[in-house]
Amino acid sequence: MAENVLKLENVTMQFGGVVAVNNLSLEVNKGEIVALIGPNGAGKTTAFNCITGIYDPTNGQISFNGKTIVANHPRGKMKKLYAGKNAKEYLTARTVDPTPDMVTKLGIARTFQNIRLWKSMTVFDNVLTAKHMRAKQNVFTATLRLTYKEEKRMREETAALLEEQNLMQYANDLAVSLPYGLQRRLEIARALATEPKLLLLDEPAAGMNPQETQELGEFIVQIKNKYNLTVFMIEHHMDLVMQFSDRIYVIDFGRLISNGTPAVVQADPKVINAYLGVAE
Amino acid sequence: MLDFLHANLSYILSGISVGGQYALIAIGYTMVYGILRLINFAHGDVFMCAGLMMVYLSTVLPVTVAIPLVLVMTVMLGFLIERAAYKPLRTAPRMSVMISAIGISYLLQNAALYFTGGLAKVYPAIPWLSQTVTIWGSTTKMVTVVTPILTIVLVVLLTLLIKYTKVGMAMRAVSKDFETSRLMGIRINTVISVTFVIGSFLAAVGSMLYFTNYASVTPVSGSMPGLKCFVAAVFGGIGSIPGAVIGAFIIGIAENVIKGGTSIFGFGGSGWTTFSDAFTFALLIIILVVKPTGLFGEKATDKA
Amino acid sequence: MKKKNKTELWLAFVAIALIYVVVAVLEQTVDSNHIIFTVLKKGAIYSLVAVSMNLLNGFTGLFSLGQAGFMLIGAYTYSIFTMPTAVKVTESVYKYYEAAIKFDTGIFVGLVCAGLAAALFAALIGLPVLRLKSDYLAIATIGFAEIIRAIFQWDVLGPITNGANVMRNYLDLTDVKIPFTDIPFPPTLYVFLASGVCIGLIVLLINSSYGRAFKAIRDDEIAAEAMGINLLKHKEMSFVISSFFAGVSGALLAMYQYTVQAAQFKSAMTYEILLIVVIGGIGSVSGSCIASFLYIAASEWWLRGLDMGKFLGIEAPNLFRSGFRRFVFSIIIMAIVLFFSKGLMGDREISFAGLARRLSRRTKPVKAAKGGGIDG
Repeated sequence: MAENVLKLENVTMQFGGVVAVNNLSLEVNKGEIVALIGPNGAGKTTAFNCITGIYDPTNGQISFNGKTIVANHPRGKMKKLYAGKNAKEYLTARTVDPTPDMVTKLGIARTFQNIRLWKSMTVFDNVLTAKHMRAKQNVFTATLRLTYKEEKRMREETAALLEEQNLMQYANDLAVSLPYGLQRRLEIARALATEPKLLLLDEPAAGMNPQETQELGEFIVQIKNKYNLTVFMIEHHMDLVMQFSDRIYVIDFGRLISNGTPAVVQADPKVINAYLGVAE
Repeated sequence: MLDFLHANLSYILSGISVGGQYALIAIGYTMVYGILRLINFAHGDVFMCAGLMMVYLSTVLPVTVAIPLVLVMTVMLGFLIERAAYKPLRTAPRMSVMISAIGISYLLQNAALYFTGGLAKVYPAIPWLSQTVTIWGSTTKMVTVVTPILTIVLVVLLTLLIKYTKVGMAMRAVSKDFETSRLMGIRINTVISVTFVIGSFLAAVGSMLYFTNYASVTPVSGSMPGLKCFVAAVFGGIGSIPGAVIGAFIIGIAENVIKGGTSIFGFGGSGWTTFSDAFTFALLIIILVVKPTGLFGEKATDKA
Repeated sequence: MKKKNKTELWLAFVAIALIYVVVAVLEQTVDSNHIIFTVLKKGAIYSLVAVSMNLLNGFTGLFSLGQAGFMLIGAYTYSIFTMPTAVKVTESVYKYYEAAIKFDTGIFVGLVCAGLAAALFAALIGLPVLRLKSDYLAIATIGFAEIIRAIFQWDVLGPITNGANVMRNYLDLTDVKIPFTDIPFPPTLYVFLASGVCIGLIVLLINSSYGRAFKAIRDDEIAAEAMGINLLKHKEMSFVISSFFAGVSGALLAMYQYTVQAAQFKSAMTYEILLIVVIGGIGSVSGSCIASFLYIAASEWWLRGLDMGKFLGIEAPNLFRSGFRRFVFSIIIMAIVLFFSKGLMGDREISFAGLARRLSRRTKPVKAAKGGGIDG
């Protein structure tokens, strides 16, 4: 039985009157590449934000490697909606509300739909800063340069990550001066710098041409094998999704409408109606 | 309770009076913040300049002519400041505009210091307002009675303007969403100028009422009231006009009662004068920690 | 790439050492009443507080306007701690109160305690305040600075702070001695050394892993959080460290002025420092230092004539009277804020490579025209 890395159970995210994510349950197993697809506004990035702690879900539970990292039990109106077979759990469950940095420390890293590189920093520094979290130092030892060995290690690892993606040539350029496709690669390198076990990619191929997309897909498989990762990605490029993912979840209006291997999902009429369209 | 009111009546009355004056100034802060998200640090000094203008004009003109002239000149000053110091920085990061406002405040104070030579100026007595009146055993000036009434009248007029005129609607739109309003064809420059004009007009009126009470004008006369009115605006919910007014009255009354009133549970009394100012700031800290958006402020939205 | 950095570093060391030599020489040769020493001392002190403010505002992106409050805490802590106990119990300073603190310390301990006291207050204030959005943070810090000032003027605390009265007769610049001897240490050089060491520490911090974390928070705090940087912890760190050095600069100011009074630490002082930071360039340490000296020189020295009736050879006593200097000064500030909003250095530091490039460009105009390229 495959080991469960990420598990969402009945996750709901409601903003006032808008239910962005509706009772979403899914699983990602170790070593898989799982894709989350669906039309724009379906709630995919919101789901990511719930996993990484940016949002506190209105209801539901998220576990990482078997341990609960996000949990919220329903209150008031929501309680009535979720009375039923899970109600008992929720009445006694405690709330777990991590901040994003806690989630990253546990081993979940992410990239963003709208690139969020640090504008004033160079390519090298963008990745180097992501190494800060795990460095063995405190503000006094770092300032007085007593931890120069740590600094050296961080720099070497950063250089290695950049070499891997052929970005080392741009190391001293401002991150925002890179072409769009390379900026996306840089964001991935930065996420890898946090030494994650689970990598959440939010539309990594956005704005790329078919050749770049193909290279990206191969690259994802490569780093997955090299760093022993599990990958969970949101994507719209179907060639990337169908070719490289092990399983796919399809959501629409916050609800799960289909899941399975690429072959199964492609043939599912619900998915075709909502999203894929009929093949020519 | 009634005894307390009677014993402290003169303080409560002056509290209501200064509260109204603060309200007129606070509205200027809250309106500008609502539209530009700018803390107009110079607003208190515009108020001070209005006071000085009156002092100088009344030496050459009769007071009745000076009053409308001061109103016009203060409005022009507010308008000019916006055009010269804030408009050019509209696309700059928020900190730059705030720094510009601080710079203008600095400039106005130093200009006043230079032109007055640093001595406090005596504010001329406005004929009717400075008459003494007696209410329920306390003597006070007419201005104490006039201020709250005038304030409420002006606030009502302003609310009507915002609710029922085209300009008012434009102002509401801009304060909700600047970019979209501009894209929809609203003339942003006009809306912003109108905001500053109204704010400066009210500050000028406030200055006339305030300095009739505290008759000496110095270059720094605007800085403490300015800061307090700003706190009033934040307390009431920055961007909300009724909030600013209520906040101002609360601060005005509390400040006066603390300064001179009889002890309330050990608070109050003359030993606490230095604290009447600190009270305002303590209030600020409390509201920022408990409910940063103020009494009537908008709810903070989630991260995108 | 690494090689260039080493050369730059050595050049920087040499340049800084040169500055200190110049200061030392000046102090031995020029008459000690000359205005240049006021400029140098005050300039060094303001450099330190400007750099500390830049650490917070420029590098971490936290728009805090509470510097004057922390300087006040530092100044008072220093003066209370270094005032000799013998003086404390007499009536010469604590006229209306009986001094409560009955010990005293040396200068160095006084300075360190000044910083620690300010840092402690910052740690307490930071917890609620740093969660606020940028504008509200500015407002809250102004508020706290004013409350601190009111507290220090409160007569109930008189036995400690002397209430609204002046604090004096504590250890000041004339009491600084060369260690283990009784020879007085040149005061200007001392101020430079003290500020220099502190600024040096701040620079080390900025270039360390934590400095990068601060910049990440400034540029995009959501991304910073996602990359594992705990926002509250790092913001608090920046706030506390910045306040520590603001406290030390307050103590140095007390040493320089020989007297301190709570009333002088108004918000106006914070605005002055903010203006210095803006003039120098938000995000540039060398900019803050240069701007600080320029600012002090201009306001205390070069523009003096504007107050005294005679300026640049023009005699106009009716125009050039008291207050004109500040007036002209504020106009210049506005001009800088409006037209040179990036300040002198923008967000870059002085670099010898940059200077060299500029100089070579002037002697080789043809090459520059051909090569083009963006200024270094």
